This record gives sequence, structure tokens and C-alpha cells, in this order.
Amino acid sequence: MTRSDVAVVGGGPAGLSAAVAAAGQGADVLLLERDGRLGGQLNKQTHMFFGSEKQYASRRGIDISGLLQNRLSEMGNRVRVYTGAAVLGLYEDRVMTVEHDHKYAKIQAEKIIVCTGASEKFLAFPQNDLPGICGAGAVQTLMNLHGVLPGRTAVMVGAGNIGLIVSYQLMQAGVRVRAVVEAAPVIGGYLVHAAKLRRMGVPIFTLTTVKEAQGQDSVTGVTLIKLDENGRQIPGSEFELDCDCLCVAVGLSPLTELLWQAGCRMRYVPQLGGHVAVRDMRMETSVSGVFVAGDASGVEEASAAMAEGRLAGLSAARALSLGIKTYPALADECLNQLRDLRGGACGAKIRSGLDALCKAEAAV
Amino acid sequence: MRVETHPILSFSASPTVRFTFDGNVYEGREGEPVAAALYAAGVKVLGYSRKNGRPRGLYCCIGNCSSCLAIVDGRPNVRLCTEPLREGMTVCTQKGKGGLL
Repeated sequence: MTRSDVAVVGGGPAGLSAAVAAAGQGADVLLLERDGRLGGQLNKQTHMFFGSEKQYASRRGIDISGLLQNRLSEMGNRVRVYTGAAVLGLYEDRVMTVEHDHKYAKIQAEKIIVCTGASEKFLAFPQNDLPGICGAGAVQTLMNLHGVLPGRTAVMVGAGNIGLIVSYQLMQAGVRVRAVVEAAPVIGGYLVHAAKLRRMGVPIFTLTTVKEAQGQDSVTGVTLIKLDENGRQIPGSEFELDCDCLCVAVGLSPLTELLWQAGCRMRYVPQLGGHVAVRDMRMETSVSGVFVAGDASGVEEASAAMAEGRLAGLSAARALSLGIKTYPALADECLNQLRDLRGGACGAKIRSGLDALCKAEAAV
Repeated sequence: MRVETHPILSFSASPTVRFTFDGNVYEGREGEPVAAALYAAGVKVLGYSRKNGRPRGLYCCIGNCSSCLAIVDGRPNVRLCTEPLREGMTVCTQKGKGGLL
């Protein structure tokens, strides 16, 4: 059995930040990544991030991935990285079972930080299973990571930040975007992204949803329908658009299987994307020694995932009595950053989700 | 179809390799996911649903959703969206749950 002080599950923005922070405090860290490369979804984010300098503002996600990996390398042999390592189980004695390079292995760590990210949600409509209908993240992976076009003509469902940004990226790759449709009465994402699309002549239809998809073996078009202010479909308002790529950007769900298995207390908080683990300010779950960070702890942007990851890494090290003196100031810095990122109108949903999580817990 | 020009990204071309999908020969780039190579070749149907035999394609493209399970070199239930392409691979659509080896 392989042992380490801290094991981090997931090598995306949260996991990389957690590993760097824990190692920086002197912990011996094992970082486990299912994919063949580190960086998670940062590797396909070609847009520039917002926020302050500490959150890598004005840098592209693809570059931030490299920066974080450089920080990780600077930690030298305090960090071991296993790629191609899928964690299959997390048990009460903090033993993890792992498939690493097609071999079964066991790992035991004093502290475990779960940074497993999120998966794309689906939308219910007739024929929603046709090939060519895929998640916005899938489209990004295909075109930004592998240089393959998902189609020639796309319709985007969802005008949150992901829907808007991926629409723009589709056009950068040479795909025609017919329209963005959004069931809500208003555009959910930042207006700067929406304005960019509008300038390029892409209509954004609010109070509109998918009635059904067209096609036999793969999608050839979509029937859209207008919604009234109560979200009911308005008969007779249907209209059709041809497309060979129907891109679904209706949100993400935290990937929490390992947290459930470890016995963490879970709560359903829609504002955070679904079931999330109850955790304290230091990102420790109800199971002592099991921490959580990033989208797995509630779906937010990568900037928040990095701040949470750092906080969880610091906290895991602190729980091993490492970096006791520096912990308060460093942890406060993370908490301040999270407060900034969640401030303002755009953070209202996350704030209410975190409030709901605290209240649900207080009621136990 | 591949991205031809891009304002931000450039794609390093790894060596071209040949593989088969249900007996037809395709070319792709070594190391890219099998599903990416098939998509680039215009193949979107990667399998069929277990019960109703409806066509299945990519959904998440990062190994989460299991929409793209297929048989690769005799191994069933391989996710084509994450399986790296190698020269001479034999890929077949999977019917049913996939037999044990």
C-alpha cells in the first residue's frame, strides 16, 4: 500500500492549488488524476479570467493550468503525481482504491482532499439522446483540446457564462452559431460575453426552450418554443433552426460519489448544483480528515475553485500540525478572496446556496 | 472536420495512424481520443443504446457519462472519449452490456 500525508483526488484547478498549498506547508502530497494530463478543464479555457491578480485575471485558463503545474514542480519531491489514476473507492480508514495505469492499487493518506469537479447536466426533451447533442464542455474539449470541430452549425442551449463563452469559442473555431436560447427571462452570464455574441450577429432568445430535436442517426435541427413568464410553453410559438450540433449548457452537478461513500453528511442545495458535502470554513467535511474543494463542493468558477483548493490544502496541512504559525494569515487570504469572488450580484446565487447549506446544518 | 485556423490555439500534429471502426479503415492522430478521430472523420454514431438500439454519441467527452462505450481490441466498455488512439486499433460498436473477457 502506498502512503502519504495528504492525497488530493483530482488535478484540476482546485486539486492543483490544494496540492501546492499542502506541500508548501511541508506536507508530503500524492496527487491523483484520472486523465493522462493535469489541469482538468482549465486546459480548454481559451478565454481570459476576471478578478484580481491573485486570481490570475487577464490570463487564459490554458495558461493558468501551466502556471499551477509549474508551482507544483517547484515543490520538488514533496509531491508525487499519478496521472491515469482513477480513484474507485474511499473507505472509512482513509484507504483509497485506485486504478492506476490499468492496475489496481491501494493508497492510504492521513488527509484526503476531494477535488473531483462536476459533470454536465442534461435537459429533458424528445430525441435528446441523438448524437450531435452534447454538453458545452464536450464541445470545448473536442475543439480546444483536440482541434476537432463538433459540427458546422450549432445551436446553444443556455445563456449562462458557459453557454455564452463556448458559443464565442465555437465561432473562433469556425463553427456557425445560429442562436443561443435561454429558458429564463434574462441572460444569466456576464453581459460582456453576451454583448460580444450580439456584435457578431448571434441572436440570444430568452424565454425560449427546446421542444424537440430533429434527426434520425444524428441531430439535423431543433424545434424551439417560447415560454410565458411562468415557464409554460406557448402553443403555436414554435420555430425551427437547422444545426448539426446542439450544445447543452444548462449547468453542472458536483461529482460527489467518493464523498457519499466516505460517509460525509450531504445536503441538496440547488444553488450549488445539487448534493454537496456539509463542510466547515476550513473545507473539512463531517468526516474528520476528508476535505473538499472546487466544483465538487459546489459549482462555481475556476477562480473560486483555486481559492478553495488553496484553503483546503492549507487546512489539511494544519490538521497534520504543519504550518501552524502561517496558517491564520494564509487561510484568511483565501477566505477574503472567496468573499470578493462571491460578492456582488453575480455571486448572489452562490451566497444563498452557502447560506442554505449553513442553515440546513444548524437545523440538525 | 478539424479546426483549420484559430486565433488563439495551435494544434501540434502528432503522427497519423490508421485504425478500424466496425471494419472500416480510418485515419487519426496518435494519442488523441478515439472519439475525436472518429468525429474528425465525420462519424458521430459511436454505439447503440442497450434496450431500444437508439444511436449513441458523445455527451461529456471527459469520461464521465459513459455514452461512448465500445469494444477496443476486444475489451468491452472502453470510453472512446478518453481512450488514446494507437496504430492498428480495432474498434467495434458494442451491443448490450459487453461480455466478460
